[in-house]
Amino acid sequence: MGFLNHLINGISLGSIYAIIALGYTMVYGIAKMLNFAHGDVIMVGGYMCFCATAYLGWPTAAGILLAVVVCTVLGVVIERLAYKPLRQAPALAVLITAIGVSYFLQNAALQIWGSNTKSFSSVVQGSPIQLFDGQISIAPVTLVTVAVCVVIMIVLTLFTNRSKAGTAMRAVSEDKGAAQLMGINVNTTISLTFAIGSGLAAIAGVLLCSAYPTLTPTTGAMPGIKAFTAAVFGGIGSIPGAFVGGILLGVIEIFAGAYVSTQLANAIVFAVLIIVLLVKPDGLLGKRVSEKV
Amino acid sequence: MQKLKKYAASKAGRETLVSFGIVIIAFVVMQVLLSLGMVSSLLKSLLVPICAYVIMAVSLNLTVGILGELSLGHAGFMSVGAFSGVVAVTCLSGGGMPEPLQLAIAIVIGGLCAAVAGVIVGVPVLRLKGDYLAIVTLAFGEIIKSIVNVLYVGLDSSGLHFSLLEQKFELAEDGEMIINGAMGVSGVSRLSTFTAGFVLVLVTLFIILNLIHSRAGRAVMAVRDNKIAADSIGISTTRYKLMAFVISAAFAGMAGTLYGMNYTTITASKFDFNTSILILVFVVLGGLGNIWGSIIAAVLLTVLPEVLRGVGDYRMLIYAILLIAMMLFNNSPLKQRLLEKRGMKQMEKLERQEKGGA
Repeated sequence: MGFLNHLINGISLGSIYAIIALGYTMVYGIAKMLNFAHGDVIMVGGYMCFCATAYLGWPTAAGILLAVVVCTVLGVVIERLAYKPLRQAPALAVLITAIGVSYFLQNAALQIWGSNTKSFSSVVQGSPIQLFDGQISIAPVTLVTVAVCVVIMIVLTLFTNRSKAGTAMRAVSEDKGAAQLMGINVNTTISLTFAIGSGLAAIAGVLLCSAYPTLTPTTGAMPGIKAFTAAVFGGIGSIPGAFVGGILLGVIEIFAGAYVSTQLANAIVFAVLIIVLLVKPDGLLGKRVSEKV
Repeated sequence: MQKLKKYAASKAGRETLVSFGIVIIAFVVMQVLLSLGMVSSLLKSLLVPICAYVIMAVSLNLTVGILGELSLGHAGFMSVGAFSGVVAVTCLSGGGMPEPLQLAIAIVIGGLCAAVAGVIVGVPVLRLKGDYLAIVTLAFGEIIKSIVNVLYVGLDSSGLHFSLLEQKFELAEDGEMIINGAMGVSGVSRLSTFTAGFVLVLVTLFIILNLIHSRAGRAVMAVRDNKIAADSIGISTTRYKLMAFVISAAFAGMAGTLYGMNYTTITASKFDFNTSILILVFVVLGGLGNIWGSIIAAVLLTVLPEVLRGVGDYRMLIYAILLIAMMLFNNSPLKQRLLEKRGMKQMEKLERQEKGGA
């Protein structure tokens, strides 16, 4: 039964990665940039929810709402101030700026909340569900995490495929110039993408801190990198890819930790990524772009 | 003499000689200041790390600027160099060799080990493109960190012992643990000196500048600018890509040995993703492909956080804001206009000169 327990833990962790990776992949698809500050938006989301519930005594739902609103606004503001002026600049310049934003958010959090670890109380209360005479136990937060992840994935897929704004997003990600000629407001569309991505990051932050209840200014950094890996794993720019990549990454990480060594879990995750990319250079579900001469 | 003059007249020669001149002047000035006691102990402790970071930045520039492939795992090679260098020095320490020679051998061994790591990483990595390549270098950097973190190396009279995950070997009485898993290395003799760092910077500059201006360097740049065109005129793209990548890794390893030998304790977590990013920031801020820019950026950005220590806790916040502001300014229309204005002024000056001459 240990196997099933590990699988459940893996899917739970993977769902969190998947939510973060969805935000990563949307932003990458449209802005063609690696938003390294994404992981730190997660951290801000966690702190917002923590402050609202622990300091202000707000109900949990209000705390989550605050986190989502603050992160959405933060995402749009970051895009406007730091990334928009660099639309025409080389990709590396944008990457370094994103790293600068990431440093900024981490150190601002350090100034505001200090370096002490805050213990986050889970947003989902209740005792674990026991199955097979207690051989398998599922924490309620696990169920909520997986459910939230699946709902987000479905809503996002419908949104990008069916809605007008979603179609605009796909158009902009394919060809900015042509989209503009068709009367799509490129700036608004990019802002909208950042807003959605950052809102998702806030939800991921709350869930991450509920599952692993410690909160420091660097909480978001490693999950951010892992989720980025997950997005690449599944084929960056693809929404189902991010979902599959996230879940697989979480499962591999938990299994590697349980059966090989916790210290080498990260190394094994990255080794699998390398092997996948060598066999399928565009990720599991990525689109193959052929080169024209 | 004639040959030297001809060399100095060529573009490559001029750049190399000027680089050497400035680095030597900087070194002499520092030495004078040191002997006068005008250098704060803080800056003194930064001298060797600055040299190491300069070499890291120059070597990463070879990958990112000259070869045109983004690498996010350069610190991994630094780590390989640092730890293999320590093992080498521990093996040599009984032999009664003079310390500078020990350090030199350690640096060479560190560079060789990092070059081997470079081949292992480079062969699969260089088949990928763009962001995928970047993420795989990141992955390799993390893997190297994780492996060094669980590596145990000991030395006794019967030779070196290695094991992974836990200490699986027994050392003889005279034995000594060199790398102790996550605890890293402790009790190393600090062999690195500012002079050693300076010499290594000169060697790096000499080799890399000459490489860039050689036939091989031009081939590498051709691969960067247009891989298909380079392929079609018979340049072996894989070979030149791998060559640049491995040389870059080797110098990172040497810098790692220099850096590691400057501290009594080193751990694998010192060479993580953040270190790789730090080096990348030097390169991008200094200008891609611009060796000079890398050196200046590495020196300034290593000293800057220490100078900002005066503002206490806010220093990293200010560092982040400065970084964003510099990137925005570098790509802003304002800078374009300033450059244009300067260009116009120069044009006017030239016109006036022509009129004056006529």
